[in-house]
Amino acid sequence: MQHDDVIWDVIGNRAFCSFKVKTKVQNFCRNEYNITGLCNRSSCPLANSQYATIREEKGQCFLYMKVIERAAFPARMWEKVKLSKNYEKALEQIDQNLIYWPRFIRHKCKQRFTKITQYLIRIRKLTLKRQRKLVPLSRKVEAREKRKEEKALIAAQLDNAIEKELLERLKQGTYGDIYNFPIHAFDKALEHQDEESETDSEEEEEEDDEDVGKKEFVAEDEIEESDLSDFEDMDNLKAGSDEHEESSEEDESEEEMEEEPEASGSKGKMPLKGAVFRKKRAYVEIEYEQEMEPVPKSKAT
Amino acid sequence: MDVVEEHDIQDKHTKKKTKKPKKQPKPPHENGNDSMIEKTEPEHVDAPAEFSFPPTFSVSEIKNKQRRHLMFMKLKQEKRKAPPKEVPKTIENQRVYDETTVNPEDEEVAFDEGTDEFSAYFNRLTNPKVLITTSDRPRGRTVRFCNQLATVIPDAHVYYRRGLALKKVIPQCIARGFTYLMVINEDRKVPNGMVLCHLPDGPTAHFKVSSVRLRKEMKRRGKDPTEHSPEVILNNFTTRLGHSMGRLFAALFPHDPQFVGRQVATFHNQRDFIFFRFHRYIFKNEKRVGIQELGPRFTLKLRSLQKGTFDSKFGEYEWVLKRHENDVCRRRFNL
Repeated sequence: MQHDDVIWDVIGNRAFCSFKVKTKVQNFCRNEYNITGLCNRSSCPLANSQYATIREEKGQCFLYMKVIERAAFPARMWEKVKLSKNYEKALEQIDQNLIYWPRFIRHKCKQRFTKITQYLIRIRKLTLKRQRKLVPLSRKVEAREKRKEEKALIAAQLDNAIEKELLERLKQGTYGDIYNFPIHAFDKALEHQDEESETDSEEEEEEDDEDVGKKEFVAEDEIEESDLSDFEDMDNLKAGSDEHEESSEEDESEEEMEEEPEASGSKGKMPLKGAVFRKKRAYVEIEYEQEMEPVPKSKAT
Repeated sequence: MDVVEEHDIQDKHTKKKTKKPKKQPKPPHENGNDSMIEKTEPEHVDAPAEFSFPPTFSVSEIKNKQRRHLMFMKLKQEKRKAPPKEVPKTIENQRVYDETTVNPEDEEVAFDEGTDEFSAYFNRLTNPKVLITTSDRPRGRTVRFCNQLATVIPDAHVYYRRGLALKKVIPQCIARGFTYLMVINEDRKVPNGMVLCHLPDGPTAHFKVSSVRLRKEMKRRGKDPTEHSPEVILNNFTTRLGHSMGRLFAALFPHDPQFVGRQVATFHNQRDFIFFRFHRYIFKNEKRVGIQELGPRFTLKLRSLQKGTFDSKFGEYEWVLKRHENDVCRRRFNL
C-alpha cells in the first residue's frame, strides 16, 4: 500500500532522505524525477503516488508520468512520452496527457518544459560561437619554466648586450654624423696606420733574417760591441753606439719595438714614432764618429 | 749557437745510452730516431728535445751540470707561469649543435629569405601597421599592457575585441591594410599568451608571455616614449627557426629608425626565451653608452609557428613546442 503521508513524514521531516540536500535557507531534492528541484511535500516523487515530470535527453524532451496503479511494478512505474519539437504542440501534448491531473503538477510541468527549451536554444546558439578551450597547466612544469626563465635572464646580461650592440653600431657608423666624437675618428686613423707599419716591419724582419749569417765588411771607424767596454766616455758615444747596436742586432730589438707601441695604448705620438723609425730601417745607416781625445787616466807627473 | 746545441743534444742522448742500456731498451731506439730527426731540424731544438725523454726521466739525472742547471731553470719557469685561465662551462658553451644553425653565407637561406612572406617588407614594399587586440573581456592589466605596447610600436592600433572570431577579423584587417595582428590572451587578469599573425597570409606565431612589467612598475624608468621610430636589436637568433622569428619581429617596426629619438627595442633570445626590452640610450663618449629603460618589458616563449594565418584546426604547423624533446637534454634549444 502506498501511504504518501507516512512516507513524507518519515523522509521529509523526521528521518533521512538520501536525495535531500540541506542548505541554510532551503532544502533541495536531488532526485532526477523531481519537477521543481526543491524538497517539498508536493514536489517529492517518493511521497506522491501520482506524479509527472519533464526530462531532457540529448536535446529531446520527454514527459514522465507515474500513477498509483503501477506503484507495485517499479520497472514499469514511469510512463515516457516523447514531446514534439514544436513548443506549442508540445504544450498541447502535455495538456492532453495530464488532463484531469492536479493543477500544480500541470503548471510545474509546463514551466519546466519552457525552461528546458530555453536552455536548449541557448546551447545551440553558443556552439555556433567560438568555443573556449581550457588547457590544463601542470604546476611542476610551470615552476620549472619559471626557474629556467630566471636563469636565462641572468645568463643573458641584457644591459651589457644592448650597450655592446649600440657601441658596435656607433663604430660601424650606422648613425652617420649625428654624434661628433673626433677623437674616435683619430683613433681609427691611427689604428690603420699601425696596421700598415706593422706589415712593413714584418717584411723587414724577414729580410733581416735572411741576412743573418752573411758576412759583411764594415768600415774601420764603426764601433763594435766588444770595444764598448774599452771607452771611458760612455756618455758621448752611447748615442752613437746604441744605434749601431740596434742596427746589428735587429732580430731581438725589432720585437721589443713592436710590442712597445702596442702596449702604450696606441694613442698619442708613440706609434707615429715607431712608424717613422721603422721606415728608416730599410736604409743603411752610416754613422760618422768623431773621436774625442780620451782624457788620460793618470796625470802626468 | 745552433752547432753548439746540436752537440749538446747528442751528448744527452749518448749519456742516456751509456747510463741505462738495460732498463729501458726502448728509449735508445727512440733516441736514435729522435736524434735523426733533430739533425734535420737544427733550428727548433728545444721543443722536441723535451718530448723525447721517457716519462720516468727527471731533471736530476742529467750528469752534465750546465745542462742540468738549464733544464732545472726551465722547469722552474714553467711552474712559475700561471696556469692558463680555464674557460668555465656554461649552457651556451655546451649547447648541442643544431644542424639548422644558419651560416651567414648560406645561399639557400638567402634565397628563401628573398622569397618568403617577409620579403615584401624587406624590399620596402609595405609599411607595418599593427592591430593589437585581446581575448574576450580583458581586465585592467591586460588593457594597460596593450596600450603601452601601442606606444612602443609605431603605427599600432588597439581595438576592443567584442567577442569576434579571429577568422572573421582577419579578412577585415587585410581589407583595411594592416600587416600584423597581435592578440594578447588573458588568464586570471594577467596576460599570458600572444598570437602574432603576419597578415597578407603570413606565418602565425603563438607565444607564451610571462613576466610582464608595466611602465609604472619599472624602477628608475624614464619618461614616456615619444613618437619616433625605435631601432631594433635582435640578438642570438641563430637557427633557421630563430631567423624567421627575427624577421617576424623586425617587420613589426618601420624600416628607418629615427635616430633622433634615441630609442631602441631589443629582442634578445637566450635559451629559447625571448626577452623584450625598450630603452632610451645616450652616448656619453665613444666608449660608453648609458641606457635607461622605458616601456614595458616581457618575455616570450615560442609555442608554435603556423604557416598561414590563424587557423587552429586546419592550419599547417611549421613547428610546435614539444616539451619532452627539450626535457631529454637540457642543452638543446630550438631558437
